[in-house]
Amino acid sequence: MNRYFSAFWFRPLLAISFITLLLAVGPELLGVKSAYLTTDKLIFVLFAGIVLLVSYIHQKKHLLEPWRQVFRQRRAMISLVVLVTYASIGMLDSIHFRTPLPDSGHDNQQYSVESLSVLDVMLDRLRSQEEKTYSAPFAAYLYSKETITHADGSQSREYPRLVYGGRHLADPARDRAGDILRTSLIGIVLGAVIGKLLCLLLAWRIARASQQKVMALWWQIWKGQTELPWRSLFLTLILLSIAITSAWMLSKYYHVFGTDKVGKDVLYLSIKSIRTGLVIGTLTTLIMLPFAILLGILAGYYRGWVDDVIQYLYTTLSSIPGVLLIAAAILSIQVYISTHPELFTTGTQRADLRLLALCVILGITSWTGLCRLLRAETLKLRELDYIQAATALGVKNFVILGRHVLPNVMHIVLIMVVLDFSALVLAEAVLSYVGVGVDPSTISWGNMINGARLELAREPMVWWSLVAAFVLMFALVLPANLFSDAVRDAFDPRLRESR
Amino acid sequence: MNEQNHILLSVRDLQVRFGNPARPVRAVDGVSFDIRRGETFALLGESGCGKSITALSILQLVPSPAGHIVNGQIHFQGEDLLLKSESQMRHVRGNRISMIFQEPMTSLNPVMTIGRQIGEVLVLHEGLAGRALQDRIVGLLDAVGIPSASRRLNDYPHQLSGGMKQRVMIAMALAASPDLLIADEPTTALDVTIQAQVMDLLAKIQQEQGMSILLITHDLGVVADNVDHVAVMYAGQVVEQARRAELFSNPLHPYTRKLFAAVPGSHKRGQKLDTIKGSVPPLDRKFTGCRFAERCDDAWMRCYEQVPRWLFLENDDPHGIRCHQYDASIDDRPSLTRHAPAEAKSSVERASQSAGEPLLELQDLKVHFPIHKGLFKRTVGHVYAVDGVNLQIRKGQTLALVGESGCGKTTVGKALLQLIRPTAGHVRFMGKELTELSGESLRRLRARMQLIFQDPFASMNPRMLVRRILEEGMRAQGVVRSEQERAERVTALLNFVGLPESAAERYPHEFSGGQRQRICIARSLAVEPALLVCDEPTSALDVSVQAQTLNLFKSLQEQIGLSYLFITHNISVVEYLAHQVAVMYLGRIIEQGPVAMVIDTPSHPYTQALLAAVPRIEGKRGEAKIVLEGEIPSAINPPTGCHYHPRCPLAEPRCHTEYPSVRRTADGKQVACHLVPGVD
Amino acid sequence: MFAYILRRIFYAIPILIGVNLLTFTLFFVVNSPDDMARMHLGEKHLTPEAIEKWKHNRGYDKPLLYNDKAEGAGKFTDTIFFTKSVSLFAFRFGSADDGRDIGQDILQRMWPSLAIAVPVFIVGILFNITFALLLAFFRGTYLDVWGVILCVVLMSISALFYIIGGQYLVGKMLHLVPISGYDTGLNSFKFLILPVIIGVIGGIGAGTRWYRTIFLEEINKDYVRTARAKGLSELRVLFRHVLKNAMIPILTGAVVIIPQLFMGSLLTESFFGIPGLGSYTIDAIQSQDFAIVRAMVFLGSVAYIVGLIMTDISYTLVDPRIRLD
Repeated sequence: MNRYFSAFWFRPLLAISFITLLLAVGPELLGVKSAYLTTDKLIFVLFAGIVLLVSYIHQKKHLLEPWRQVFRQRRAMISLVVLVTYASIGMLDSIHFRTPLPDSGHDNQQYSVESLSVLDVMLDRLRSQEEKTYSAPFAAYLYSKETITHADGSQSREYPRLVYGGRHLADPARDRAGDILRTSLIGIVLGAVIGKLLCLLLAWRIARASQQKVMALWWQIWKGQTELPWRSLFLTLILLSIAITSAWMLSKYYHVFGTDKVGKDVLYLSIKSIRTGLVIGTLTTLIMLPFAILLGILAGYYRGWVDDVIQYLYTTLSSIPGVLLIAAAILSIQVYISTHPELFTTGTQRADLRLLALCVILGITSWTGLCRLLRAETLKLRELDYIQAATALGVKNFVILGRHVLPNVMHIVLIMVVLDFSALVLAEAVLSYVGVGVDPSTISWGNMINGARLELAREPMVWWSLVAAFVLMFALVLPANLFSDAVRDAFDPRLRESR
Repeated sequence: MNEQNHILLSVRDLQVRFGNPARPVRAVDGVSFDIRRGETFALLGESGCGKSITALSILQLVPSPAGHIVNGQIHFQGEDLLLKSESQMRHVRGNRISMIFQEPMTSLNPVMTIGRQIGEVLVLHEGLAGRALQDRIVGLLDAVGIPSASRRLNDYPHQLSGGMKQRVMIAMALAASPDLLIADEPTTALDVTIQAQVMDLLAKIQQEQGMSILLITHDLGVVADNVDHVAVMYAGQVVEQARRAELFSNPLHPYTRKLFAAVPGSHKRGQKLDTIKGSVPPLDRKFTGCRFAERCDDAWMRCYEQVPRWLFLENDDPHGIRCHQYDASIDDRPSLTRHAPAEAKSSVERASQSAGEPLLELQDLKVHFPIHKGLFKRTVGHVYAVDGVNLQIRKGQTLALVGESGCGKTTVGKALLQLIRPTAGHVRFMGKELTELSGESLRRLRARMQLIFQDPFASMNPRMLVRRILEEGMRAQGVVRSEQERAERVTALLNFVGLPESAAERYPHEFSGGQRQRICIARSLAVEPALLVCDEPTSALDVSVQAQTLNLFKSLQEQIGLSYLFITHNISVVEYLAHQVAVMYLGRIIEQGPVAMVIDTPSHPYTQALLAAVPRIEGKRGEAKIVLEGEIPSAINPPTGCHYHPRCPLAEPRCHTEYPSVRRTADGKQVACHLVPGVD
Repeated sequence: MFAYILRRIFYAIPILIGVNLLTFTLFFVVNSPDDMARMHLGEKHLTPEAIEKWKHNRGYDKPLLYNDKAEGAGKFTDTIFFTKSVSLFAFRFGSADDGRDIGQDILQRMWPSLAIAVPVFIVGILFNITFALLLAFFRGTYLDVWGVILCVVLMSISALFYIIGGQYLVGKMLHLVPISGYDTGLNSFKFLILPVIIGVIGGIGAGTRWYRTIFLEEINKDYVRTARAKGLSELRVLFRHVLKNAMIPILTGAVVIIPQLFMGSLLTESFFGIPGLGSYTIDAIQSQDFAIVRAMVFLGSVAYIVGLIMTDISYTLVDPRIRLD
């Protein structure tokens, strides 16, 4: 019994079971109906997998060492903070439920068709404060003129005041700048305080883990004397919390990134897009990984006709330009979806299926690179002495594959996974633009760009949704790239990614 | 004062550090030596002692930014090289000091013709061009013994063999007639026969041009043959320095003495080899005492507390040494313990010679690798890697299989283990025909014959605990069923190979090369084998570590009666360990018999030449020096008749046409040569 | 050499068959022609006659694989598989939804596409190699460190941003060149220059970083140490020894760029209104013209295989160790 209790998977499994239970029962307790999408479930599976993996690595000294090397780099530490922030937003956006309709009877409770996520609830203000149409960031007036009937019955064409943005200002032209400054100052101070509290909490955790005095460690960190660059982490944390709180404070009174064509808050849209980007970046890999690993090491280990068949498979797939294969497959799926409407109860479900399909197809087109690398590595490995020794000891083939080959190619898998992530996030935007990306009803950076592109020609230009999408995408992809750089340096600096 | 003029290069207190400045690795820590004009000076030391870094420092080629020279002077012809700028150094490199490297395979630019690579030096330093340039290149290639040099000019490195590549490297180094040639392990990657050729070439050129040579090597044998002056390095310092004759006849430093004692050979047969305990200390700390103290049998308190001075002993010959033992100013020196060699147990040895029934028999074993070509990958030819080998190993005996690289000896080992399936022939092991077995029955029988590899770094899965590595075979073979027993077994095995119990919970990378090799031996012992196939098991190890491993092999045989097939090119190991020897050439055995007969009175001309090429510590090579010409031919198109005839100085007409049959000699050997008379 | 090319072409056939089977499955098996017709026609015009007419117009009214109504060889040839998939091998692509011949269109639209792709490819490689050599020369210095970071920043920016930003900056603010359109002959230059520049800039981040890793890997090899020991200057070592050896991995990477070029041309051509294959494809995707998509898939894989063969041949130019036979 004790053996199981101390095993690496015991505590994380306990935590995972608890979270699962919470997710299953929680909504009911709060009086809403859970409505998890397929991608939601997969994301939680992925999350559970990562938790288990982290705990496993934590146990093994030789697996931990390269990770320490990763985190010794300031860049990696900073990137990690940003990535974790993004991931948390994505997770919050993956807990979907349906609210009860107020006027239905108690014995036959009806639920709204529209499913919301926890993030939606948190950003309720942003979501519900819709204007009529375009408005610029921090604007108090609408983008286009309207005919307004005054109290005295006279009519004039002018820019109407916004319903929400800057409505508390008596005279926007006079008060706006000062108000923005004041509000953001409050946000900055608040953010700094929250950030520092977070850091203290974290320092307390670190101190407990390494059995040091909290305050001593705290000063060591700020002097930059720790082995891992905690100072960089703390600074990033504080900056991030300042950015978030300022945006939060400002968004009470203004549309920080303006509004789009139908008056939706662009900040809300670009935050909602995070989940789409993350789903594509991670689930795609999750789907393709088993195939790539299995086929790659089988081809390399068995050679002969197994190798021939697998090589043929991936050469054929990689010979088709990816975007065309995706286009062909997405077109087929579109046809399928539109001819089988009975399969989907809600539009959200339909959009989610298309998102999942996109992940599957992207997975199919992108596994070939990893498969090829793994095959080459396995070819090298199988000639190595320790594999020969295992054969000579009479170890069975599949045991050799699992025990000797797989663990020794995992670093390549890891590197490719982190490398692919940013490429996939970028690809989503391009594919959505081409028209073979996510469903037009799904909120994503690609759809935002696609929608805003047509408005570039307008005078004055509608630039804000475009810029917002690019900035948020960049803020995800850059840390991901920097992080993957650090990972590659630590795990296998000689490995060149296949482009 | 005259002495001063003779000195070409003088290194003083050189210090090179690697890694981060907070905790630097002191790779070279205060090295000083002088090289006189026209002499060959050897820096001798085991891997990691800093000898190569010292050589690279002279040319300021220490890989930066990782490493940097922090202190010292390198005076060359009156100038301090360390004060020179990068552009000034470029006039020194390749021009006044040139260098050849260990790996001729990778040290030449693969996409440039050898003519151009040599020409580059001449254009740069001699300003040659056109016809004159071409002529000089051809002349150089001629001088280093490359046949039909003018046609070879436009060859690429991959078209040349390893020995030829090293000759090209030498030609390149000689192009600008340097005053000093640095040769960094120039023959380590080459076969003994080629090694002899290259060393002879260097000696010849030195005589002609009168340059000095700085020879970096780990091989006592190479030093014994070709050198005037020797400096022994240990852990970043020179610990002893003297003329070769003086050093070889009177080694003083405990480390040097141990090195000599650790070299195996026929005269040490039946004894335990002397070993050095422990391993080289990590160089990332500051030493407060002698670096060798922890491993030294004669160390006393002072050795741990005080760094020994560099002393000059005025014996018959000047002899420098860094050891408290010889410091006259120290009065608490204990008397030296000169260990008497252990009593020979040759009686036991001889007894086992004849005993034992055959454990393994190879009959006409063939391994041919097909070569595919053309549209449908037709088989257009074969590599005749192993082409009819007959061998027999008796219980509790050691058979050594020797030969140059590419002769097929490793393939024999893998084929008899069925890791490569033989093309034809029989492998009978413990009364079973292995070539007919497959699947489960083969898997079961594999436990009884195990494999030990050359490279201890590649032979263990880096991601497994030593415990798991040792248990793997037991699990696969079901030798021990219960968890408890397995754990006991692991402990017993580790003790058996001389490792602490705690080793089980560590990973392979935490061990040194010699320790890893012992773990590998423990791994194979776990399944209770009767035969160990050892493929160059000690050639990646330093001499001192090699001795430990050989001792282990020996005691295993004495205690549990293991048989060995020892695949090696190291003749001194063969002399020390083997009962029977088989000499292989181009896929076939050309001579086999008891070790004493084969090594002492070789019959086949190839065996004679091979043995003559082996450098020996005990003195010069045999007076009648046979230098084996040329290199081993390709196994795709073996020469007609006797495979050896193109290189054989004694070849007769029938050698060209007819492969000699195997005949028995009077002293009990089997030889495949037309010139050797058989008794039956 | 000739035998080698022949063999490679021979090997390409099963791959093309595989590609064809895949597209056939995607377009005709996963969804029946009826489904396609329904979706294309929309709810309003959905009558059985309309569906039949739609199918007939496109030649989709035949059985998939085996036609038991036809005579003789027609049992196999008078099928969708034969007319739509097998005919691709003869480069007969059929006609698009608007009745135009796809083969003709492709021939015509090929040139503008090449006029962008080829300069982007060549100029891009030259630029990237130059920058990478610069970084390799200053390896370990701040220039190198920040150069690499700059590369990572550049590759973290969406390709769409390069196009939209470039178009806006150059075309709108500076009024240097027209932002979209195309002309024939020399006049096309002013339409092409901006897409080419943007294409090159968009690839600098990833390209430079990749070539830098190749160079650094070469620089650590033994032969470079030999070259330094000869007394060659660092620049000569880089240009004469490292560059030539690095060409081998560079070539390997070059063929992989081809699909990326295609992707790039999709975006640039549609943004800049250039009548090339990219905009052709994108229009086809957006109007769901399956015949064109099928043709482009086939052509794309043919181009990829040709690229592979050309890479292998170009190896013989830079690597004397490789002999093709």
